[in-house]
This record gives sequence, C-alpha cells and structure tokens, in this order.
Amino acid sequence: MKRIEDHPVLDFDRGEKVVFYFEGRPIEGYTNETIAAALHAAGIKVLGYSARKHRPRGFFCAIGKCSSCLMVVDGRPNVRTCMEFVRPGIHVRRQHGLESIVQEEGDE
Amino acid sequence: MSERYELAVVGGGPAGLSAALMASKFGVKTVLVDENRKLGGQLVKQTHKFFGSYEHMAGVRGIAIGRKLSEEVMNDPNITVMLSTTAIGYYEDGTLALHQREPEEKLIDIKPQTVIFATGARENMLAFPGNDLPGVYGAGAVQTLMNVYGVLPGERVLMIGSGNIGLIVTYQLLQAGSRVEAIVEILPRIGGYIVHASKVRRYGVPILTRHTIIEAIGDEKVEGAVIAQVDERFRPIPGTERELDVDVICLAVGLAPIINLTWQAGVEIAYIPELGGHVPWHDEDMRTNVPNVFVAGDLAGIEEATTAMIEGELAALSAVEFLGKASPSELAAKREDAHSRLEDLRLTVFSEKVKAGIEKLKNWRADLTERAGKTPS
Ligand SMILES: Cc1cc2nc3c(=O)[nH]c(=O)nc-3n(C[C@H](O)[C@H](O)[C@H](O)COP(=O)(O)OP(=O)(O)OC[C@H]3O[C@@H](n4cnc5c(N)ncnc54)[C@H](O)[C@@H]3O)c2cc1C
Ligand code: FES
Repeated sequence: MKRIEDHPVLDFDRGEKVVFYFEGRPIEGYTNETIAAALHAAGIKVLGYSARKHRPRGFFCAIGKCSSCLMVVDGRPNVRTCMEFVRPGIHVRRQHGLESIVQEEGDE
Repeated sequence: MSERYELAVVGGGPAGLSAALMASKFGVKTVLVDENRKLGGQLVKQTHKFFGSYEHMAGVRGIAIGRKLSEEVMNDPNITVMLSTTAIGYYEDGTLALHQREPEEKLIDIKPQTVIFATGARENMLAFPGNDLPGVYGAGAVQTLMNVYGVLPGERVLMIGSGNIGLIVTYQLLQAGSRVEAIVEILPRIGGYIVHASKVRRYGVPILTRHTIIEAIGDEKVEGAVIAQVDERFRPIPGTERELDVDVICLAVGLAPIINLTWQAGVEIAYIPELGGHVPWHDEDMRTNVPNVFVAGDLAGIEEATTAMIEGELAALSAVEFLGKASPSELAAKREDAHSRLEDLRLTVFSEKVKAGIEKLKNWRADLTERAGKTPS
C-alpha cells in the first residue's frame, strides 16, 4: 500500500520520519502515524493471530474500540496499535491470541 | 488525586466540544478528555461540505467546523483539555479513571462533580464468511487511515452500504486515489442523499441495490469478494453470484453508540433500534437516571454532528442546573433556543427514524413497567 501524496482537500502533517522494527525488520514510519497506519503503509495488514483458530487479524475500527489490532510493543502485549503512535526504535511484533502480561525470564 | 473539577466531559467530538463551551459560559470549571491527539472526533475526517441546515454551518467542511470548535475550547480559560487520554472507568464513588498515554504514560483519578459522556459511536459488523480477514474495515477506519494519517486503505475497494456514510466515504476514497469497484446495498433503494449518490455515479462507481456480500476471499487477507443479488426476502438468488477483485471490503452498515462507561455509571440502557441499538436512557434535556451524569451526541442516538452540538449544549445546561450555577429563567431561555434549533434540524424525512426512536425512549420506562406488570408472578 502507499501514502497519499497529492490530496485535493488535505495536507498531511506526518511528523518526523523514523525507523522502527516489525518482527525484527526495519520499517520506515512517521511520528504522527499510529503503528497500525505505518504498518499498513508498508504493506503489512496482518497484525496478529486469534487465540483459538489462529485466524489472521488486522485492524477493523481504527479508533480503539474493537481490539482487533492488538500487538506486542517493546515486549508489552495487548497494545492497541491503531491508537499508539510510532516512536523511533520501538520493536513491534504480531500477537498470538491473548499473550501473558506477566513477563517471564527471557522475554523480549 | 488531582484538583476537583465541576464537570468532566468525556469525548472531544462536536457534542463534547460544544458541551464544554456552553458550560464555560456559566464559569463551570471543566476538564475535557479525549483519546486522540487532536480534538474534533469524527469531524477531523469529514472533508466534504456538510449537509443539514445548521444556521451558517451548512456548506462548511466538517474539518473546518472541528478546527473552529477545537480552537475555542483550547483558548477557553475554564476548560482544561487532556488529550491522548482514555477514560477507562467510572466508579460508584464518582471516580473517573483516566489512562494518559502521552507525553508520558500514567493513570489519573479525578472526582468531577458532574460528567457528560459524549463518546460517540463505533462501526457495526456484518455476518459473512471471511468477515474477520485483514482488509475488512469499518468505514470509520478507512476514513481514519486516509484522512487522518494519509495512508491509502486499498487499491480496489468494495463498499457495503449506500447510506450517506457509504456514499461519502466512497467519494473520499476516489479523492485519495483508490478505485471503488462497487457499492452494494441490500435494500431496493439507495439509503443516502441523492446528491452524494450522483457524485459517485459520475465517477463511474456502480451502486448495486438488492445486492449483498456473500463472502470475503483470501487466506491471510482480503483478495476478493463474492457478491450476489437478493430476492424480496433478502435471500441471495443462486446463479447471480459475481466475484470482484478487491483488496478492501469497507463496511458502512451503521453505527452503534459506545455505551460502556454510561453503563458502568449506572445509567439505564434502553434498546432502541432507531437510535442505533443500545442507548443510555435520557430525557430531552440529556439527563440520565443518574442525577449528575448526562449524555450527548451519537452516544445518545446515532444522528449528525449538527444535532450532536446542540445536544452537547443541552447536556451542559443540565449540568449547570445540577451545579446550581444559573437561574432557572436563564436556563429556560437557552434551553428553548436549543430545542427550537433541534426541531428545525429534525424536519427532514431522514429524521423520521430518529424522532420515532426518541418517542420510544420517552415511553421506555412506562413500557418497561407495563411489561413487568404483565409477567406472570
Ligand atoms: C462519513 C461520515 C459523514 C458524515 N457527514 C455528516 C454531515 O455531513 N453532517 C453532519 O451533521 N454529520 C455528519 N456525520 C455525522 C457526525 O460526524 C457525527 O454524528 C458526529 O461526529 C457525532 O459527534 P459526537 O461528538 O457524538 O461523537 P464523535 O465525533 O464520534 O466523538 C467522540 C469522541 O469521543 C472520544 N472517546 C470515545 N471514548 C472515549 C473514552 N473512553 N475516553 C476518551 N475519549 C473517548 C473519541 O475518541 C472521539 O474523539 C458524518 C459521519 C460520517 C462517519
Ligand atoms: S482497530 Fe479496533 S481497537 Fe484498534
């Protein structure tokens, strides 16, 4: 997918261009984008997998109301990536079901 | 625990913003919280010129209305604005729990004397195989992605629903550079305004009435969709199935109020389909059954920004009354004015449904009592 460069009505203030990591891989994003939006722009739509049937999950509401976009950000699960903004250097990975919020030894 | 606010407004869309501004006219010390980095709610996504007859606001773009209200609120000495802050709970002792994400993450408790909930609405889902695949997005999500973050939601889109939201978001997708392969509508006629329908038709987007989506195709994400014609009982007609090559399926099949916090606050929840399903019970001055809790906007019933703003004013007047900040005559004049503007806005045929819903809500408690009386004991 791509970012909209030329819009008849809107100008976008994307903020600063930074690098963050998705599943260990560097991704370019902007500080005024949510993690989900930046990943979408990079062509990444699958943000996690459901708990029981391991179905792929993307965002649905993009306003923080449906929990479809939960990912693990810097080791912390259940982050609504449609509300959380990109920060330089953060590590984001797909969440598998409901991951434990209790940190175990050896977790990222 | 921080300072004691007289009023907390939860939600900074048109309803919450105008509530805070009205309360400020009476010197009410207010805190306004919103989850987003910017105020405006849905208005920040509305690039089209507004419909409706709202005094001078008709013909103005939604984003411009949002900007104007936000500026007024930001510059108002009576209003403290907390952005990137989610209200996560409202407890029996009157504590409103807030989760602030920026500039640094923290939990904050406040104990406001009154609360106006103006949390808006969320998108409805639709049942069909594959509806959970990435690429099936609510119309609000599509708008957020393209109009707030400037990211194209997809190359080729199938729009489900021909109400105003479906039509407007289709047009916005075209402006952003996507193709919209079709709009499908299960009813025999288009739901939204003809002006909006004509606009998208001029761009060559077919509006298929009496059609529905059968399934989303794809393993990891949407790679296509099957649509079909339906009979008069809305059953798909075998043999009419058609496959469309799309990467996004956009659902514009209605909104539902975000009632969680009002429910937790002890507000009675009524089921009124005409208002969007479960809605917090309220009277015409936006009071609920909890004396210091008020509601406004899409939360109180799915309608429009124009009406949401007036409901915000009414909710503020009721809070002002509760706080004892104004004389009854002063309130009466302002209320009368607000009610007459609401009435004017609700003169169109599109308001019939909302008006029927409000009527039902008025009788909701009487109906409950009557039904309870009829249950065998
Ligand atoms: C495509 C489209 C076109 C439209 N066109 C028009 C039009 O032409 N004319 C018109 O009058 N109306 C139009 N509307 C309708 C209008 O946008 C809505 O009716 C209006 O925005 C409702 O206002 P609100 O303040 O109730 O809710 P919203 O605008 O949804 O605002 C609610 C706010 O509350 C915040 N919030 C929710 N929960 C919490 C929480 N727990 N903590 C903190 N904050 C929270 C949200 O982040 C949001 O900012 C349109 C809507 C859409 C989707
Ligand atoms: S997409 Fe719904 S909560 Fe993030």
